Amino acid sequence: MAHAAEAGKRGRTRTGVSKAGGFSSDELLRAYREMLLIRRFEEKAGQLYGMGLIGGFCHLYIGQEAVVVGLQMALKEGDQVITSYRDHGHMLVTGMAPRGVMAELTGRAGGYSRGKGGSMHMFSKERNFFGGHGIVGAQASLGTGLAFSNRYRGNDNVCLTYFGEGASNQGQVYESFNLAALMKLPVVYVIENNRYGMGTSVERASASQDLSKNGAPWGIPGAQVDGMDVEAVKLAGEVAVAHCRAGNGPFLLEMKTYRYRGHSMSDPAKYRTREEVQKMRTERDCIDTVHARLTELGVTEPEIKQIDDAVKQIVQDAAEFAQTSPEPDPAELWTDVLVEG
Amino acid sequence: MRDATLVEAINAALARAMQEDERVLVLGEDVGKDGGVFRATDGLLARFGPARVFDTPVAEAAIAGMSVGLAAQGFCPVAEIQFMGFAYAAIDQLLNHAARLRTRTRGRLSCPMVLRTPCGAGVHAPEHHSESGEACFTNIPGLRVVVPSSPRRGYGLLLAAIRDSDPVVFLEPTRLYRAVREPVADDGTSLPLDRCITLREGGDVTLVGWGGVVPEMLAAAERLAAEGTQADVIDVATLVPLDAETILASVAGTGRCVICHEAPLTGGFGAEIAARLAGPGLFSLLAPVERVTGWDTIVPLSRLERHYLPGVERILAAARRSLRHG
Repeated sequence: MAHAAEAGKRGRTRTGVSKAGGFSSDELLRAYREMLLIRRFEEKAGQLYGMGLIGGFCHLYIGQEAVVVGLQMALKEGDQVITSYRDHGHMLVTGMAPRGVMAELTGRAGGYSRGKGGSMHMFSKERNFFGGHGIVGAQASLGTGLAFSNRYRGNDNVCLTYFGEGASNQGQVYESFNLAALMKLPVVYVIENNRYGMGTSVERASASQDLSKNGAPWGIPGAQVDGMDVEAVKLAGEVAVAHCRAGNGPFLLEMKTYRYRGHSMSDPAKYRTREEVQKMRTERDCIDTVHARLTELGVTEPEIKQIDDAVKQIVQDAAEFAQTSPEPDPAELWTDVLVEG
Repeated sequence: MRDATLVEAINAALARAMQEDERVLVLGEDVGKDGGVFRATDGLLARFGPARVFDTPVAEAAIAGMSVGLAAQGFCPVAEIQFMGFAYAAIDQLLNHAARLRTRTRGRLSCPMVLRTPCGAGVHAPEHHSESGEACFTNIPGLRVVVPSSPRRGYGLLLAAIRDSDPVVFLEPTRLYRAVREPVADDGTSLPLDRCITLREGGDVTLVGWGGVVPEMLAAAERLAAEGTQADVIDVATLVPLDAETILASVAGTGRCVICHEAPLTGGFGAEIAARLAGPGLFSLLAPVERVTGWDTIVPLSRLERHYLPGVERILAAARRSLRHG
C-alpha cells in the first residue's frame, strides 16, 4: 500500500523522464515497441474507417498506450484481462494477432469473431483476454467473476479489470467492489481516467475527483498513477498485482491518461479545445517520453528506426489482411447462438 | 410548416413540450452540452437552461429510477438512453416501479415519465447499438410502448407521450432518424396513443408492422400495386395499448396478413398480433398469417446486417405466398 501510494505520487508529480527506479534499456525498448504498435495500429484503423471499410463504431486508444503496456509488463502467464469497448490496445498487448484484430474491425472472416463482433466484441481464450464489452461498466462484474475463479482454483493469478472514469459511476461497479473486498478476490480494478466520458468531463460527471479512493468504503487500497508514464504504470501495477497475488483482496488503480481522438469516430468535439489536446500531445506523449529516455540511454536513431520500420510492416500487413480476408458467409448469421449438433 | 427529419421532429416536439409545460425536464447522458448522441436534444440546454436540461453520469438504472421519483412529485421527466442495448439496465426500475406506481397507490400517484431510446439497426454496429427489444417492454403491464416511423408521427406521438400521465417507452428507429424529410407543422398537435395508423388502403392483403420496417412495407406495397395487388399498410405505432380493432377490420376485408418487424421472430410482438388474428380474426383468414422478422440470432456486424434485416424482398415473398391461398 505504501509502495503503491509512493508509486502513484511519483507518477503524479513527475514530469519528463523517469530517473529513479526506471526501466532497463531492454524494458524501454519493449515498451516503446508495444506502444508504437498500438499507436500505428490505431492510426491505420482510423484511416480504414475513413475509407468506409470499418462499419459501426470504432473507439481509438491513441494517447492511452502507456496504460496497457505498463500494466501488461506487471502480469504473468494465466492472468486475465477484461475491458470495455476501447479495446484494441488491450488485445494487442495480450499477444493477440494484429491481423485478426484488424480483420475483425473490417468485419471479415479472418477476424477474431469471424466478422460478427467488430471493434467492441473480441475475445481470446488462449491469451486470457475476455473482451471487448459495449455496456458501460458491466465488465467490472465479469472481471470480479474471473478473479473468483482464480481464488477457487487456488492459483495466484490476477484479473486486470479495466473500465473508464465514465463507467466508474455505474452501480454495478460498486456492487463489484463490495463483493471483491468481501471475498478477498484477486482483481485489480483499473480506472482509465481519460477525462471524458463521451462529451462529459470527469468534473461534470463525478462528485469525487480522486477516483482511486472509490473503493475506500470497502477498504480497497488505491493509487492515482500518471498513466502517461509507462514506467510509473508498471511500477504501480507490480504493487497492485503483488497485493492481489498475496491474497489481500482487490486493488484499485486510477490511471490519469488522455485520449487524443474523439470518443468514437463520430464525435462533435465540442467539449474541449484543440489547444488542450495539442498541449497533451506535445508535452506528455507517452511514446515521445520513452523515445527521449532511449536516446538518453544511448540507443541510436537507426536502432529506433528499425523498430519503427518493423512496427510499420506489422500494421501494413494487418491492414492488407483485413482488406483481403473474405467477407463472412451469410450462413454465419445463424451460427453460435446456442450449441449446435 | 417546415420540412424536418425524424430527429428534427423529435427535437421540435421536445422543445414544444418544454415551452408549454415547465414541469417537463430532459435528462440523460450527453443530452445537454452535446445535444444528445443523435442530436435529438440539440439546443434545449441553451433555450431552457441547466435546471431543466441536464447531463447525467453514465448510470442508466439511476436515470430511470430518478425519473420515477421526479414523476411521483408531478414532474414530467423525459429521459434519454443512448442506445436500446443500454436501456436493459433501466428495465428493473421501469418494470418494478414506473409501471406499478399507479396500481400500488390506487391512482393517488402516477408516473408521467417518458424514456426515449433509439432502436433497431442503422448505424452498422452489432448487438446493443442495433437491436429491437420492444418485446421486453410490451410484456410489462403499466407501460405504454410507442414506436414512430416518420417525422410527422414522431412529432405527434412524442408530444402525446410527454403529455400522457403514465410511463411511456418511446422507441425511435435509428435508421429513420435522417432517412427522409417531410413537412412537419410545429403546432402542438399530438396523435392518439392508442390507434394504429393506416397508411395505405388496398383491400387485397394487409401489411402490418412498426418502426424501421414501415418504409419497407410501403415500398413492398408499391411493388405489389405494380403487379395488380392492392395492399393495406398499417403502422401499429402504439404497441401498447394495441389497437387490434384496426388490424382486425383490415384483415376482415383482405383475409391475408403479413406481420413485419425487425426484432427476432420468437416471442416478438408480432406473435401477439398473430394471436389476435388466430382468435377474433380467425374466420376472416383466407391464408396462414405470415411473419417477416429479424432472425432468432444476435444482430451482427455490418457485413451480415443486410441478411439480418427484413426488407422489401422478404415482405413481397411473404405477401405472394399469402396471396396464393384460396
